[in-house]
This record gives sequence, C-alpha cells and structure tokens, in this order.
Amino acid sequence: MNKELFRTCPESGLQFHKPAETLMRTNAVLAVVILLFGGITALLVTLTRWPAVHLLEASQFYQVLTLHGVNMLIFWMITFEIAVLYFCSSTLLKCRLATPRIAWLGFALMLIGIVVNNAAVLNGDASVMMTSYVPMPANPNFYLGLILFAVGALLGCFVFLGTLIIAKEEKTYEGSIPLVTFGALTACIIAIFTIASGAVILIPTYLWSIGYINNIDAAMYRLVWWALGHSSQQINVAAHVSVWYAIAAIVFGARPLSEKVSRTAFFLYIAFLQIASAHHLLVDPGLSSEWKIFNTSYAMYLAVLASMVHGLTVPGSIEVAQRAKGLTNGLFEWLRKAPWGNPVFSGMFLSLIGFGFIGGISGVVMGTEQINIIIHNTIYVPGHFHATVVIGSTLAFMSLTYFLIPVLFRKQVMLPGLAKIQPYLFGIGMMVFTMAMMGAGTLGVQRRHWDMAFTDAMIGFDYPASAYTFMGVVGISGVAAILGGAAYVLVTVLSVFFGKPVGSESSFGFTTSTLTRAEPVVMPEGGHEAAGKWGFAAPGTFLLAMFFLVIFVLYYAVNWKYLASVWPIS
Amino acid sequence: MSAIQPPAETVWWKQPLDKVEGTWIAIALVWSLFMFIMMPLWHIYGKQNLSNEAYRTTPQAFLAKTQAMVDEFTVRTETAANMPVVRPPPGSDVYILGRLWQWWPILELEKGQSYRLHISSMDWQHGFSLQPVNINTQILPGYEMVMTVTPDTSVEQTIICNEFCGLGHHNMTGKIYVVEGGP
Repeated sequence: MNKELFRTCPESGLQFHKPAETLMRTNAVLAVVILLFGGITALLVTLTRWPAVHLLEASQFYQVLTLHGVNMLIFWMITFEIAVLYFCSSTLLKCRLATPRIAWLGFALMLIGIVVNNAAVLNGDASVMMTSYVPMPANPNFYLGLILFAVGALLGCFVFLGTLIIAKEEKTYEGSIPLVTFGALTACIIAIFTIASGAVILIPTYLWSIGYINNIDAAMYRLVWWALGHSSQQINVAAHVSVWYAIAAIVFGARPLSEKVSRTAFFLYIAFLQIASAHHLLVDPGLSSEWKIFNTSYAMYLAVLASMVHGLTVPGSIEVAQRAKGLTNGLFEWLRKAPWGNPVFSGMFLSLIGFGFIGGISGVVMGTEQINIIIHNTIYVPGHFHATVVIGSTLAFMSLTYFLIPVLFRKQVMLPGLAKIQPYLFGIGMMVFTMAMMGAGTLGVQRRHWDMAFTDAMIGFDYPASAYTFMGVVGISGVAAILGGAAYVLVTVLSVFFGKPVGSESSFGFTTSTLTRAEPVVMPEGGHEAAGKWGFAAPGTFLLAMFFLVIFVLYYAVNWKYLASVWPIS
Repeated sequence: MSAIQPPAETVWWKQPLDKVEGTWIAIALVWSLFMFIMMPLWHIYGKQNLSNEAYRTTPQAFLAKTQAMVDEFTVRTETAANMPVVRPPPGSDVYILGRLWQWWPILELEKGQSYRLHISSMDWQHGFSLQPVNINTQILPGYEMVMTVTPDTSVEQTIICNEFCGLGHHNMTGKIYVVEGGP
C-alpha cells in the first residue's frame, strides 16, 4: 500500500485515499449543481401550482416539471449517492479505491447523460415527465441521456464492489464491514437491479423513438419502467438510512443497538423493497388482485417492517449513547439536550421524523390496493414522495454535507448562523408542503396538472374552496422550503470554494470539532439496559415508536373509512 | 465500536437481542401482518374493489362498441361540440373512451343501479378521475378495463384526466350525470 496516496483527517481520524477523495469531491459538487438547477425548476413549478400566482404558461409548466422530476429524482440523488458509495467503501474501510480511471469514465458518462437528457427537454420536444409513458413520444435524446447516465452510475457501483473486494484481500479491516458500509452495499445492490430494469425498458423505448421498433405495450412499459422508477427511490432509502446511522456514529459516537437486527433489516430491503413498483400499478387494467396485494405489500410488509426497525434503532442508538454520557433524567433528557444547533444532527433527526411520520405512513396507506382508488395520480402522490425523497433523502444528504465540508473538503463551514437554521427552514417547510399536498389530493386535486380551475375546458369542475386553500399553503411552504434549499447551496458553495481552510485560526465557521464527537461511547457496567428504564435500553425512543404506531393505525383506519364512502365498485 | 467501524465482536450475529428491539419488532410484525390481511378481507367484505376484468382491444374495436351505444341510447346533446348525452338501460354495458383531449360520450346513469363500465384509450395513456366522488383508475391504449359501478349519490360527476397526456391535458374533461330513476 502506497502511504503517500493517503491522508488522515486529524480531527475525525478518517483516512482518505487521494484519488477517491477527488472523485468524491467532484461527484458531490456536480450533485449540488444539479440540486441548484432542480431547485430553480422547483420554484417555477411551485409558483405555477400556487393558484394565486399561476406563473408559467401550460407548455412551459409541463417542460419545467419534466426537468424538475428527472433532475431531482434521478440525477441529483444518484450523483450524490455515488460520492456516498466511494466514502463508505474507500474511506470507511481505509482502502484504496478500485480502478479510479473507470470511476472517472463513469463520472463522464453520467455528466454527458445529464447534459443530453436536459438538452432534449430544454429543446421543447421532450416534455413527457420523468415517467415518459409510451406511446407519448419524446425526442430520442431524452432516453439516450438516461441510458448514458445509467451506464455511468453502474460503473460507479462496480467500483464500489471492487473496492470492497480489495479491502477484504488487503485486510484493511478486521471481521465484518461496518454497518454503514453494509447499508451502502444494500443501496448498491438495489441500484444494480434498478439500472438493469432501466436498461430493459429504456433501450427498447429508445429504439422505438428512432423508428426501429414499431410498438411498445403501454402496460408492459409501466411494469418494467417502475422497476426503475420506484427502485431508484429505494436506493435513496437504503442510502439515507445508512447516512442516519453514520451521523449517529459521527455526532454521538453511537454504536448500533445490535448489529444483527440492523443488518437483517437492511437484508429485508434487498429481498423485498424492489417489488413495490406495484404501488404504481394498483388501478391498472390487466393485473390480478393477488399479484397487486403480494407485490404492493412487499410480501406482507416485510420492507415496511425493516423501515420501522431502523426508525427505532437509529434514535435508540443515540439515546443509549446519550444516556451513557449521563443524560439519564426522565424519558427525554437525551433528546432535549441533543445538539439541536448542530446542522449535522438537526437535519438528520428531522429527516428521520419526516420520513417516518409523513412519508412512511402515507406511502403504506396509499399503497394499499383498494385505498389507492381514492389517491392514484392525485397530488397526494407527490405529497408522499416529497416526504420520502426530499425530507428523507435530500435532507439527510444535506446534513451529511455539513460534516463533509470540513472532513472531505478541508474547509470551515461558512455562514454558521445560516447553516444552523437551514435544516429547520428546509425540513419544516417541506413538512407543511407535503401535508398540504396530501390534503389537496384527498380532495381530488390532480398532480401534473396546469389548471385546477379548468378555465379553458369545455366541461368545467369546481374544487371546494378548501382545495384552493391547501394549494395556497403548498405555494407558501414550498417557497419557504426552496429558500431553505437555497441556503444549503449558498453555504456549501461559499464554504467549498471560498471558505477558510480547516486549522487556520478563525472563530468564523463550524469545524469538525464543533460538529462531531467522534470517540465511541463507553458503555456503563451492566450493558445497554443499565442506564434505561423498564429493562429497555432506550425507553424514550420506544415511547416515540409507540406514538408513531398510534398515528399510523388511526390514519390507516380513517382512509378505509373514506374509501367506504365512495360508490360501490366491483 | 460505532456504526462506521467494523463490529467489535467478530461473531456479532450471536449477540442477544435488546429487549426494546425485540418488543418493537414483535409489535411491528403484528401490525404488518394485519395490514396485509386487510386487503383480502376487503375483497370479501368491502364494497370498493376493482375487478380483475380487462381485455386486449384496439382503438377501432373499442370506438365501434362505444359508437353503437351512442347511436342507440343518445337522449340529447350538450356543449358547443354537441357532445352526445347517453342514457343506457340500468344493468347494461356502458362505454367511455378517452382521447386527446376529451372523455366521450357523456353518460346519464340512474342512482342505485349498477352498470358495467368499459373504459379504454384511443391514443396515449390517460387517467380516469371521477370527481367529486374521487375514484381514480389508469387507462391504457390497447386495454379495455371493465368495472361494475353503482352510483349511490346523485351529484353530477366530472371526469378529469389525471395522467399527463400532452399540452391539452388540463382541458381533458367529461361528465357523468346521476339521476333519480323513473320512466
């Protein structure tokens, strides 16, 4: 091993392989650029769906909405995740990155794919939404750009797997890989499934768009496309849950309650998460109820079970670590005295709460075969996935960034005051935004729709005034969240490109030592449970979990009741 | 060891479960199984279930069947485009087609009666969203979806397209009247 190719971060103790470090930085910077562009489109979409503003013309709106979907859901997420994969393999395993040149080739393909796809949409003949449902045609470059991006991302996955093999061969670690790397491996396996599904459907669709194939069946397209579209969001879930564990370790020195439980939960993701593409097909013709029920429930909700487990074990491990430090008063002293001014922690915790309480519950409810009848394609659906993808994944990635700025980029976090409030502005803004969307969706307001007033339609429809109120709240809270997103981009760009190096004398920014407490916690005599209550190591977390369950059960019941009120259908 | 380092015990899978984890897993598993069972149960006891009935069709064949119903049962026309309003007999097969950018024709159904509703698309994918009752299904070209509906409220329903279908998507609407039964 060539020692000169490595540097050790003096504060965190993490060891970086220099070629991997450059790749991580470049991927992360590209991701933030895409996020900025996606954020501008988000503002335009929000200001158009806000009925009092209704900014864009119809054709511009559908074009901008297509850009927003593709850039945020696919390009931003996966580009950032490639950086996370390199971090979780090369850095956490103290290992050289496998084939950096292939990794650069992957990066180049991803970048070219992003440019080709966006150019097609900006050109105006590919306003087909992210889903590009056949037989609505798009400029062939729309599909070609996605294919190139996917091939590049696949190379990134292989570099990750190659690095795991090298680490094992060269014995850079003892025993098993860390839990966070295990979670990243889960994300990588799901990513390979996702990209393969994408190839299976997008390559024929590309050939169809250039006239080589004359027909793509609409139902088949949906089935296979969603193995790309939904599974790509499952990569995000596995990645952001890994980030939660990582941040619990970084900020609190927390160790997993038990490796067995957390790893088994990740394994359930690998086994069952992907079949949830059925969520999108619950009211499609041509599929049987048996098929729908088995697949929509991830085979008896085993992947939901996995998320509920992570939802307990992540805050549970934080509680145990805090109690071991002496914060043992009552049920919630550990949480009250958590570092709420540290954006690494506050962003991660809001991500956890928003993903579970809003995204998780709404996802299960609307993924119920029959309840989907009252929700399919209403604006409830983007309400749900903004809670999972934006509050869950994006906010988790944002909070990780505040840790990476000093550790990976060797810069102090600039504008610490703004960085402190950023997770709250973004997270709480998005929480209000997603719940208002769900409210409007319950009243039948549609997604991907330019005019809820039906001004030019031959047959009109009047939504109740409350639907307009909800959409107004969507507009206001959406703008607040976008300001939170802009604050993130501002802090990140200023710090990375204009920030003071770590180590220089300055009280100006956050540094690693103010953001982290990396030393692992020493457990008290008698193990986990000794500092807890009722024989539970994390009684406060358990109470929060039970509160979550009560909300879940009530909301589930309310939706069945609502379904029972619509016309009998058989 | 923390979650970003290898587990301290190399044989970590024999570590006993924490009580808090074991309890929560048991509760969550019971809830998961309950939610799974709810879906088959609703097929038996619930009244809102989509049928599994669907056929492969072509735009021409489906248009012909719809046209035959329109020719036989039209009672009047409405809107500037002279859209036929069709009142087929209760219990019969009724047809609605989606095309860029309208739902055709307008149906007039009797409250409390059941109809076998067939829907298909002439061109691209569409979303059939009946408002305000809020029933939503996906409509695909080449597939004829059949469901038995029993309107139990006499509110006039608008059909809105809720799958993006190009520039006129937001103007793609239709109508179903629900009237009290009579001669």
